[in-house]
Order: sequence, then C-alpha cells, then structure tokens
Amino acid sequence: MITDRPAPGAGSMIEAREITKSFGATPALTGASMSAAPGEILAVMGPSGSGKSTLLHCLAGIFTPDSGSVWLTGERLDTLSDDKRTELRRTAFGFVFQFGQLVPELTVADNIALPLLLNRVKRKTAYASAAEWLPRLGLENLGSRRTGELSGGQAQRVALARSMVASPRVLFADEPTGSLDTLTGEMVLELLVGAAREHGTTVVLVTHDARVAAHADREIMVRDGKVIDRTGAAVEAAR
Amino acid sequence: MSVPLTLLGLLQREPSHGYDLKRDYDEYFGRGKPLPFGQVYATLSRLARDGKVSGGDAEPGAGPDRKRYAITELGAREVDTWLAEPIEPEPHQQTLLFSKVVLALMLDRPAEDYLDAQRAKHMQRMRQLTEVKRSGGLLDALLADHSLFHLEADLRWIDVTAARLSALAEMVRTS
Repeated sequence: MITDRPAPGAGSMIEAREITKSFGATPALTGASMSAAPGEILAVMGPSGSGKSTLLHCLAGIFTPDSGSVWLTGERLDTLSDDKRTELRRTAFGFVFQFGQLVPELTVADNIALPLLLNRVKRKTAYASAAEWLPRLGLENLGSRRTGELSGGQAQRVALARSMVASPRVLFADEPTGSLDTLTGEMVLELLVGAAREHGTTVVLVTHDARVAAHADREIMVRDGKVIDRTGAAVEAAR
Repeated sequence: MSVPLTLLGLLQREPSHGYDLKRDYDEYFGRGKPLPFGQVYATLSRLARDGKVSGGDAEPGAGPDRKRYAITELGAREVDTWLAEPIEPEPHQQTLLFSKVVLALMLDRPAEDYLDAQRAKHMQRMRQLTEVKRSGGLLDALLADHSLFHLEADLRWIDVTAARLSALAEMVRTS
C-alpha cells in the first residue's frame, strides 16, 4: 500500500520511486524503485540493456525520468532546474566510469583538483587536497604526470581520487573496473570501497560482474527496466 | 582433496613424522577442517603397504607418532603424475539446480524466482569470501578466489538460464 510507505527519502541517502524513462519508443525503465542508505555500498546488477546505467543516470540527475521521482536525503532531485542539478552533481556526487573521464592533457594533480576548482575552491587548497589523495592511492610519484601517459589501473585510481576529492555524499561508479585485468581491477575496487567506508560515502556501483558486486553490502537486479530485490520479488510487488 | 596424494607430496619435500605431516597439512590444506591423527596414520600405513613410503625406525622410547616416514621412488612418481594431470572438469549438465529449474518449469512453478533466490544465495557467499580475502592472508585469498571463480561461473549459468527460461519452458511442456 502506498500509504504505508515511509516519506520519500526518509532514512535513505538516495532513492528512486517508480521511475520510468524511454528513449524514443524504447523503454529503458518501466517503474523502477530502489534506495540506498547512508554509507551503504549498493551494487546494481543486470544484463546488458536491462536499464541499470539509465537508473544510475537518473539517480545522478544526468537524465530526468519521464515519471516517478528521485530523492536525495529527502530533497526531490528530478524536479530541480538544470542549473541546480548541475550544482548538485558537482558538490554532492562523485563519478567513476569505465573509460574517458580524465583530461589527458592535464597532469594527475590537475585532474584530481579539477572538481574543487570548478567548485571555486582556492587553487592552493584544491591542489593541497589533491596531493593528500596521491599517497593514499599509490600515486605519490605521479602527480606531475599527464594522465594520457598512465596505465589503465593508474588512470582509474586517479579517476577515483578525482571522484572523492570533493567529499561527495554519493559516489556513482559505472563498471569502474570493466577495462582492467582481474588483479588490477580488484586493487582499484579495494581502494574505492576503502575510501568510501572511510568517508561514509554512499556508493551506487553498476556492474554486470558478480565478483565486483561481491564487494558491496547488498545487490539489486535490474531486469526489463524494473528493480528486483534480493529475494526475487519485484520491489514494487513487495510493497 | 586427495589426502594420500597430498601427504605424499608433503613427504616429497623431506622425510617427516606423522605429527609434523598433520601439522603441515592442517596449515596449508586443512582450512578449518583438520585432519584427524587416526586418518594420518591409517593413510601412512596404507602408503607403506603399497610401497609408496618407507617407515623408518621408530625413535627409542617413542610411540608410533615418532616414526619417520620417507617417500619412495614409486610414491614420488605418483605425485609427479598427479601434479601434471589436469583435473577433470565437472559435468554441469546434471546439477541439482538444473534439475530444479527443469522440474519447476514442468510443474509450472516460478523458476525465475528460484533462480533469483539462488543468485542471492550465491552473492551472499561471494560477499563472505570477499571478506575472507580482505581480512585473511595470501593462502586464504587464493582459496577464496578459487571458490569465487566457481561461484561466478554458476552465476553466469543462472543468468543465461534465466534469459532462456521462456524457450526452455516451451520445450519441457511440449516434449
């Protein structure tokens, strides 16, 4: 029953309520509901084309759902203006993707400091914060290296540092180790999980890889645009 | 795990007493399931009977656990053959889960829900093993990895089966 449900966003860091999203005539989400608690690491699994990346983009305010709602700690996100959502993405969210998120012409330190500089943090402070992340991720000697010269594993560690440097409330990671070999991917994932736990950051981790999802506290499945909970019943039906 | 061949392998490093063999076995291979002393000595007796180990003289005043065992040439050849031989891949066609899925479809039960529940169970175990890797040593991590890769293979099978359920259902109901 709808009336028995808690207030939107109550107790959760981020929540989607019955969102739908279509691209032309193709439905990607058909009434997806989910929530992640503060500090929770949540894996979003599902086959290719199931809608899991679309769900992440809706949660992060990159896409606006056609219907339904998205909430961040009780604040409705999907009805905010473009400017407000852009600001929220800069200040409250961090992002790690599989490819192409770093500026190859800039150095490692530049890339990590970038979110802070975009948030109008003073240059000296931004670079000091960036420098703190280098040894934590095993990048201590790479601060002045251009990111186009890095290995895949190094680049993903830089991307992780950049996603965390502004202390986001939610980290969105879409197949963050998808382009890495098993051992390098595990190392990056351990660093991601460790950094998130240390800072109490909620993580929404999209992956088709069960070994990656096993690093999360909990997993949900997206199938045909709907979210399936752990017991196999649609979340919507359970409610 | 083949206990006789593993004990033979340990003896191939150097001659050893039964007590030390048990200690090494438990440390490297026991993983929470120690080998009973009785099984150690029974296995060593059989290996000695078959000419794969030689039991040297017992040390004066000591019981059977002070007898020093050494691997024979026959035993060493058996260990080498065993190590070099690939393990037979498990036949997955007749697993319990396969039987359950087919039966569920035959009986018009919610096979997809069963598969989801099995996936959740697998994921729960994979989280436990991931924690073992995080908190344990390298040996624990290697063993956990072995289990994780096998569970991952099962999960892939579950996903592929879930995607083929409609076709499978049609087949089992019409055949």
